[in-house]
Amino acid sequence: MNFPAILSLGQTALELGLICSLTVLALFLSYSMLNVCDLSTDGCFTLGAAVGAVVALSGHPLLAPLAAMGAGMCSGLVTAVLQTRLGIDSLLAGIIVNTGLYSINIAIMGGSSLLNLNKTDTVFTMMKTALQDTPFASQFKLVVGLIAAVLVILFLVFFLNTRLGLSIRATGDNPDMVRSSSINPIFTTTVGLCVANAFTGLSGCLLAQSQKSVSIDIGSGMVTIALASLLIGRTVMGKGGIPTRAVGMVVGAVIFRLVYAVALRFNMPAFMLKLVSSVIVVIAISGPYLKTQLPTLRRRLSQKKGVGKSC
Amino acid sequence: MLILSHISKTFNAGTVNERAALSDFSLHLAPGDFVTIIGSNGAGKSTLFNAICGSFLTDSGSITLDGEDITFMPEFIRAKSIGRLYQDPMRGSAPHMTIEENLALAAGSGGWFSHVSKADKERFRDRLALLEMGLEDRMRQPVGLLSGGQRQALTLLMATFTAPKLLLLDEHTAALDPGTAEKVLKITKDVVEADHITTLMVTHNMQQALELGNRTLMMASGHIVLDVGGAERSAMTTDDLIARFKAGSGKALDNDRIILS
Repeated sequence: MNFPAILSLGQTALELGLICSLTVLALFLSYSMLNVCDLSTDGCFTLGAAVGAVVALSGHPLLAPLAAMGAGMCSGLVTAVLQTRLGIDSLLAGIIVNTGLYSINIAIMGGSSLLNLNKTDTVFTMMKTALQDTPFASQFKLVVGLIAAVLVILFLVFFLNTRLGLSIRATGDNPDMVRSSSINPIFTTTVGLCVANAFTGLSGCLLAQSQKSVSIDIGSGMVTIALASLLIGRTVMGKGGIPTRAVGMVVGAVIFRLVYAVALRFNMPAFMLKLVSSVIVVIAISGPYLKTQLPTLRRRLSQKKGVGKSC
Repeated sequence: MLILSHISKTFNAGTVNERAALSDFSLHLAPGDFVTIIGSNGAGKSTLFNAICGSFLTDSGSITLDGEDITFMPEFIRAKSIGRLYQDPMRGSAPHMTIEENLALAAGSGGWFSHVSKADKERFRDRLALLEMGLEDRMRQPVGLLSGGQRQALTLLMATFTAPKLLLLDEHTAALDPGTAEKVLKITKDVVEADHITTLMVTHNMQQALELGNRTLMMASGHIVLDVGGAERSAMTTDDLIARFKAGSGKALDNDRIILS
C-alpha cells in the first residue's frame, strides 16, 4: 500500500472518530458520570441524523445541527421521564424509547428509510467552500469534526464543574447521599440525559451529513461502538481530572476507528465492525472482573493438581 | 423549633406484616435543644428520623420546623434545612469526587451554573482545618481515599456547612473505632455549640446519652416512654436510666448493641 493511501485511510478514520466521539462524550456523561446505561443511544443517533437531514433539505444547513440537538434532548427527556417518574427500569426505558424512535425516525424521513443529501447544502459543504483556497481544502470534514469535538469537550468541562454538574456527578457517584441531600435526583438525572442525548443527536446529524445520506439503520449498534471507544479511552487516559478524561473519550473513539481501518485493510469484511465492537466491550468490562477472580482460580487449579498428585 | 404532632406511620398496612412503627407520636423541641435518644431495636428511632426528613409521608399528624409546616414537603427541599448523618460513613459523601467538590455541593451557594470561587476554597480550607485531620491539604483528592472516621467528620462538616435548622445524628459514631468515635463526637459537640443547632442524636451508649445534650428520650414500640431533662437528668446514672426504662415500657431494655458505660 502506498503512502497516500495510508494517509487517506488515516484521515477517514480520524474524521469518523471525531464525529462519533460526540456520542462517546454523551455516554461519558450518562454512563460514566450519571451511572445510567442509556440504551436509547442508537435510536437517538438516527433521530439526530434524520432531523438534521430533513432540516438541511429544507434549506437551513446551519439550523440542522441545532435541530438535531433539540430532537436528541427531547428523546433524552422521554427516557428520563420513563425512569424517574413512571417507575420503569433505566435499561428498559432506553430500550422502549429506542424501539419507539424507529417509527418516529421513519415518519420524520417522510415514510422512507433512506434520504439522500447529495445536492444539499450542509455544514460540511459550507466548510468546503470556506476552505477551498487554503491548504486544508481536502480536510474540511476533519475541521468540522474537530470543531464539534472541541466545543463539546469545552462545554462538558465547564458544565461538570458547575453546581449543576457536580450534582449530576454526585447522583451517579452516591445515590444514597443524594437521596438525603438537597439535590433532587429526578432533576439531575433528567438534565443529564437531556444534555447527553443532545450530543448523541448532534453526532448522528454530522455523520449523516458527512456521508451525504441517512438510512434508518445509521445508528444501529452505535451504543456498543461508543461504549467500546469509551472503554478504550478510559484505559488510555482514565486517570486525572475531567478535562483529561473527556479528551480521552475522543482519543478512544479515534483509536477504535484506526484499529478498525487497519483491520479493513487486512481484508476484514466491513460487516465485522459490530462484532469487533461487541468483543472489545466484553473484554474491557470483563477484564478487570476476571483479574480479581484470578487468584481464586489459581488456588482452585493448584488444589486440583495437588489432589491429583496425592492419589 | 421542631413540633411533631400526633404523627403515625404503619408499614405494610393490611398485611400480616403490618407494623406500627410510630403511633400518635408527639414531640416538641425548643431552639438549641440537644436531645439524645435511646431505645430498643425496632423502637422507631430511625422511622422517626425518616419521617422528619421526608423519606416517606406520615399516615397522619403534622410536622412543623421553625414555624413552617413541612408535613408534605418533598425530601430534597426539607434537606436544605435538615442535616443528617448515618451510621455508615460511606453514605454521606461521593467517593469519586474530591473533598473540594463534595464541600462545594454541601455549601450549595450560587446558581446552578456557578463555579467554586477562590473565596469558597479558602472557606473550605478554614473549615477543614477545624477538624484537625489534615484534610485541608488534601482538598483535591477523591473522598474515597479517606478513612471511615475522616469521611464521617467530612460528612458532619458538609451537613453543618451552612448551619441547618435541625441536625439528625443516627448513631453516627457507632461504626468508628473508639478513638476516632471520640474525636468525631468532640467535633459534633463543637459544631452544635458554635451554631446552636437543634439536634437529635440516636445512640446506644447510655453514658453518652446522659452526658451529651440537655434532654434524653427513651423510645419503645413507637412511643416515648421516658423524657428527662434538667436537674433530674444531671442526677441520673445509667442504672437509673435502665430502671426507669423498665418502669416506663413494662419490659427490660432489649437492645443487643447497648453499651452501658
